[in-house]
Amino acid sequence: MTDKQNMIEVRGLHKAFGHKKVLTGVDLNVGVGESLVVIGGSGTGKSVLIKNILGLLKPDEGSIMINGEETVGMSAKERLRIMKKFGMLFQGGALFDSLKVWENIAFALIQSLRMPRMEAKDIAMEKLAMVGLDPEVGELEPAELSGGMQKRVGLARAIATQPEIIFFDEPTTGLDPIMGDVINDLIINCVRDLGATALSITHDMASARKIADRIAMIYEGKIIWVGPVADIDNSGNEYVDQFIHGKAEGPIKMAVRG
Amino acid sequence: MNPLTFLSTTGGVFMTFLTATGRLSLFTFSALYHAVTPPFYPRLIVQQMISIGYFSLPVVGLTAIFTGMVLALQSYTGFSRFSAESAIPNVVVLSITRELGPVLAGLMVAGRVGAAMAAEIGTMRVTEQIDALVTLSTNPFKYLVGPRLIAGVTMLPILVLIADVIGILGGYLVSVYKLGFNPTTYLINTWNFFEVEDLNSGLIKAAVFGFIISLLGCYNGYNSRGGAQGVGAATTTAVVTASILILCSDYFLTELLFSQ
Ligand SMILES: Nc1ncnc2c1ncn2[C@@H]1O[C@H](COP(=O)(O)OP(=O)(O)O)[C@@H](O)[C@H]1O
Ligand SMILES: [Mg+2]
Repeated sequence: MTDKQNMIEVRGLHKAFGHKKVLTGVDLNVGVGESLVVIGGSGTGKSVLIKNILGLLKPDEGSIMINGEETVGMSAKERLRIMKKFGMLFQGGALFDSLKVWENIAFALIQSLRMPRMEAKDIAMEKLAMVGLDPEVGELEPAELSGGMQKRVGLARAIATQPEIIFFDEPTTGLDPIMGDVINDLIINCVRDLGATALSITHDMASARKIADRIAMIYEGKIIWVGPVADIDNSGNEYVDQFIHGKAEGPIKMAVRG
Repeated sequence: MNPLTFLSTTGGVFMTFLTATGRLSLFTFSALYHAVTPPFYPRLIVQQMISIGYFSLPVVGLTAIFTGMVLALQSYTGFSRFSAESAIPNVVVLSITRELGPVLAGLMVAGRVGAAMAAEIGTMRVTEQIDALVTLSTNPFKYLVGPRLIAGVTMLPILVLIADVIGILGGYLVSVYKLGFNPTTYLINTWNFFEVEDLNSGLIKAAVFGFIISLLGCYNGYNSRGGAQGVGAATTTAVVTASILILCSDYFLTELLFSQ
């Protein structure tokens, strides 16, 4: 059975909002311990795909297996058990602005694992150091942080409970190239240290090349190409070629209004 | 106009109304269920109680004192025509405890707290903080909605109790220092006219209004869409719908509470 090797297995995933069909039959596998990056233009449904897998959105149709277990139609209680395997870094960081930085990082430890606050704080400070931030940052409010620091704190929060699967939604978008690369390195290190499976989405090719074992491209609601990162320049797929070289000419037509 | 167009428009409006009502009902059931089942978040409940109760005191107190004062003044103008000035304490105590205390406090808190709730939760929605809560294995209904509902239902009656006292004091001040009433007689009359049932009915109303304010603040914030504009719209809707529901439910509660 291939189920044993796949941590995430998506089959025939459909999702529409009203008349707008966003996903129209996505098939995708992510192996245990693998780092898969989904690339695609803005508004092609990358975030929607990740949110369906996380259970934040309900698929209209299709199957999503996590570690061999069907998650579509799961009860709330089962869902909670699966959720504990996940860590997620949101596009904008999504830090809780009513809480201090360390409380953000320790959130799941305190609220979900019911750890004493001081013990959780120690772990939070450890994770803060892992993402290269000074201990003083722990006492700040998220609003006092720069974009790059917010991403780092978001990453520290995502890995605080040592998840088996980590999701990254556009981890480098909105950062300067150097900070972007710092985040890439942190992602690679964190995923490797945890031995976690990673599913990332991005339109930043430099980031994709760096953090991916395999790359998949999403276009018009489907995965149109998947392959090892080494093959991306010889994909033989004109859509992929157009995207990675960022050319306006080609088969991909940008909708002027999304 | 084409009759079919007319029918389809009417049907469309009706369907929208039903959908909205249905969604609010589902939200209400979830909110109630999660507010009374563990885990509870005592820290957040206390935090919300302070933000609703303590920080609303100035605005509610000011509203109450001027309402009590104007009540005394207005009823004096009216009653002096029939030489019935002695009924002023009665009018003040009855109107404040039964009606004006809960309704005015409810409306003021809806403007202050309902708006803040919708804005805060709405911002959390559009910045994906609510999604983040879920991925951190925390139920947003328990973490965000529950504490606000509990705080709303418990703090509004306390606020109204304070508003009642301040409102009656306002009436007393105007009657004694401006209209020349004898302070002792006024107080004795106030006490004689005071009914515990009136007070209780006002406090029951207050609890219901507190529920409405928190529920609509959370509901509109939770369902807001599309950036800053969406949050702004959610805030306005939260205040307007809560205010209207307070006034509507006030009528039906009055009918229910005084039907015997
Ligand atoms: N909750 C939602 N309600 C309605 N439409 C949505 C929702 N979430 C996403 N969409 C739409 O789905 C499309 C894909 O969005 P998204 O997955 O965020 O794109 P991206 O690939 O840039 O991450 C967009 O056109 C967006 O408007
Ligand atoms: Mg996105």
